[in-house]
Amino acid sequence: MMKNTSFNPKGNRTIGNRLQEACECTVQSSKDRCNSLTSGHRACQGCGEALGARWVVDAAMKAAKGKLLVVNATGCLEVFSTPYPETAWQVPWVHSLFGNAPAVATGVAAAMRVKGKGDVRVLAQGGDGSTTDIGFGCLSGMFERNDDVLYVCYDNQAYMNTGVQRSSATPPTASTATTPSMGHEPGNVFGTGKNLPLLAMAHQIPYVATASLSDTRDLEAKVERAMSFSGARYLHVLVPCPLGWGYVPNDTIRLSRLAVQCGLFPLFEAEDGEVTSATKICEPCPVEDYLKPQKRFANLFKGDKKSDKRLAQMQAIADANIRRFDLLGDEENCK
Amino acid sequence: MLKQVEGSRAVAEVVALCRPEVVCAYPITPQTHIVEGLGELVKAGHVENCDYINVESEFAALSVAIGASAAGARAYTATSSQGLLFMAEAVFNAAGMGLPIVMTLGNRAIGAPINIWNDHSDAMSMRDAGWIQLFAENNQEAADLHIQAFRIAEELSCPVMVCVDGFILTHAVEEVDVPTQEQVDAFVPPFEPVQVLDIKAPVSIGTLVGPDAFTEVRYLDHKKQLRAYDVINNVSRAFKKAFGREAGGMIRTYHVDDAKTIIVAMGSVIGTLKDMVDEKREQGQKIGLVSICSFRPFPSKEIQEVLQKAKHIIVLEKSLASGQGGVMSAHVKLSIDKKIPVTTLIAGLGGRPIPKKSLSDFVESMEKGTHGELHFLDLDHAVVERELAAFEQEKGRGR
Repeated sequence: MMKNTSFNPKGNRTIGNRLQEACECTVQSSKDRCNSLTSGHRACQGCGEALGARWVVDAAMKAAKGKLLVVNATGCLEVFSTPYPETAWQVPWVHSLFGNAPAVATGVAAAMRVKGKGDVRVLAQGGDGSTTDIGFGCLSGMFERNDDVLYVCYDNQAYMNTGVQRSSATPPTASTATTPSMGHEPGNVFGTGKNLPLLAMAHQIPYVATASLSDTRDLEAKVERAMSFSGARYLHVLVPCPLGWGYVPNDTIRLSRLAVQCGLFPLFEAEDGEVTSATKICEPCPVEDYLKPQKRFANLFKGDKKSDKRLAQMQAIADANIRRFDLLGDEENCK
Repeated sequence: MLKQVEGSRAVAEVVALCRPEVVCAYPITPQTHIVEGLGELVKAGHVENCDYINVESEFAALSVAIGASAAGARAYTATSSQGLLFMAEAVFNAAGMGLPIVMTLGNRAIGAPINIWNDHSDAMSMRDAGWIQLFAENNQEAADLHIQAFRIAEELSCPVMVCVDGFILTHAVEEVDVPTQEQVDAFVPPFEPVQVLDIKAPVSIGTLVGPDAFTEVRYLDHKKQLRAYDVINNVSRAFKKAFGREAGGMIRTYHVDDAKTIIVAMGSVIGTLKDMVDEKREQGQKIGLVSICSFRPFPSKEIQEVLQKAKHIIVLEKSLASGQGGVMSAHVKLSIDKKIPVTTLIAGLGGRPIPKKSLSDFVESMEKGTHGELHFLDLDHAVVERELAAFEQEKGRGR
């Protein structure tokens, strides 16, 4: 995604903006950023979704030259940002229901088209519950019609707003309130769940990408790239949740990075249904490094035969991702 | 212009004349011909600046309309029966957000058992959703109510459901006076939303409201429904002035002044009832008729005034609150003097015809005092007895 600049030896591009030319700096580092999701909202400490939403919407605002309307699904992001009479949004924003954000966005985009304001762009956003489960019908419809909407899923891998229940984005073995860590197969079972980015690609929409909070330059660049297309676009951002995943709040970025480095969350882009780029993993790590700090995966680390076998199954998922997207970096792209 | 057209086509043509900007289409019998007609009119270029969107469900249909309306566009959709139930969450949401969407409801029964024919159970299921609900008596009124609906909706910032009896009206070919574009333009001014998504003035629409303000929000919805009485009546009067014919308003009456028995009903059955009233009047019976046009808001005051001198009231309705009785009857009973006896006549469920003779026989037998408070028109008692007996015999067989 990023042009072929090596920002630091680790290849994760977390270099400070002060060393860059102005045009190379992030949107967040600019005084002119719109601060779309401003301070004072009620997200938990260390909330990945709040961070992701601020970076994404600010980058989209910049790309749309300030002409952006935002549609939000029900969920944490909606609840913590707009407790009446307060709102943390400094952009025009509308929330309707849990399962209809893509359809509402279709309507907003249609209104702009008929009003002759085609330059006003539409961004719809929601968590993994509204995206992969309850709103999937509407999302698929929006994709299929190729409506001019960028849909962003902030994936924290469970229904966090209602108290951490399983969604179709919850990974195997993860303990949630509805997949408790007990019984024959503790946590969420293997062989279930949806891969939304691949499903989005199957709709042949112009642009699909995944992004991580650990690589915010890449995240911003993908938003900018997404905004350069018209039609339906999909961005899937992994956003760790301290409460739901069971880790200390200052580990949000570290876990975002480990999810990518172990191969469980591959970063890639696709255009018209074809993968066009994948971010190489330059410092690969075993899935254990990513899973062990999270309480929801505690059942993998009992040290018995059964949990060892399940941990190996998790590693196999990561290895399959690495093979599928050819993620292992060589000297050339990791220097 | 006078035309011999199908009811659905008349509705489609009139909606097109109201210059909708976003039309969401999803098929469901018996509403389908309306969105088909609109699709053709939009594609043929008869509706300027209109986006016609084929959506994937009724839930999406109303959700797209919600988005379009929140962004300042005049939005329209149509549905029936299961479709209305499938979009139920969005029905309440559109009203809560105060979005002036107009939706046609081609009234149809709700399953199970699946049934595509007419009754009013669908409309009654959403009666407390915060929408205005208007019922058409015939195809002319179905067309005319849509012209009024856009004006009422936008004046109140409240969604309006125009209820048109499935098949009986939607599929019936009748003479309808379809007005000109100039006439409709003069009656329906361009949409000016109260609150809108605007890049120049960012607002947050649809925020979370907690216990500290939720009662006030609902009270304001209540006030809006109360305010709708005046708006609906004013728009109906203005319509008569502009188009020279009656349509809409809260209620209409037929021979009620000296009537001892008054029938209350709504929708397409009014035509049959008028014929029956005429016949009974010729025989010297003092019988009258009240046609409810606006079910939401419910015309309690008008009903109370018109029915106060009646000796007996019959509420004919095409929906049933199982185990309880009539839905509309309960509303009528709350509006009138408790001493006047009210008989609920359940008729026309799932498209069962309501023959004039059955009605006439019922009124006759009722005057002899042979009916209780609840009566099912043309109920086949033999079938009911047989099924009740079979149920007793076969209990537990499925284990």
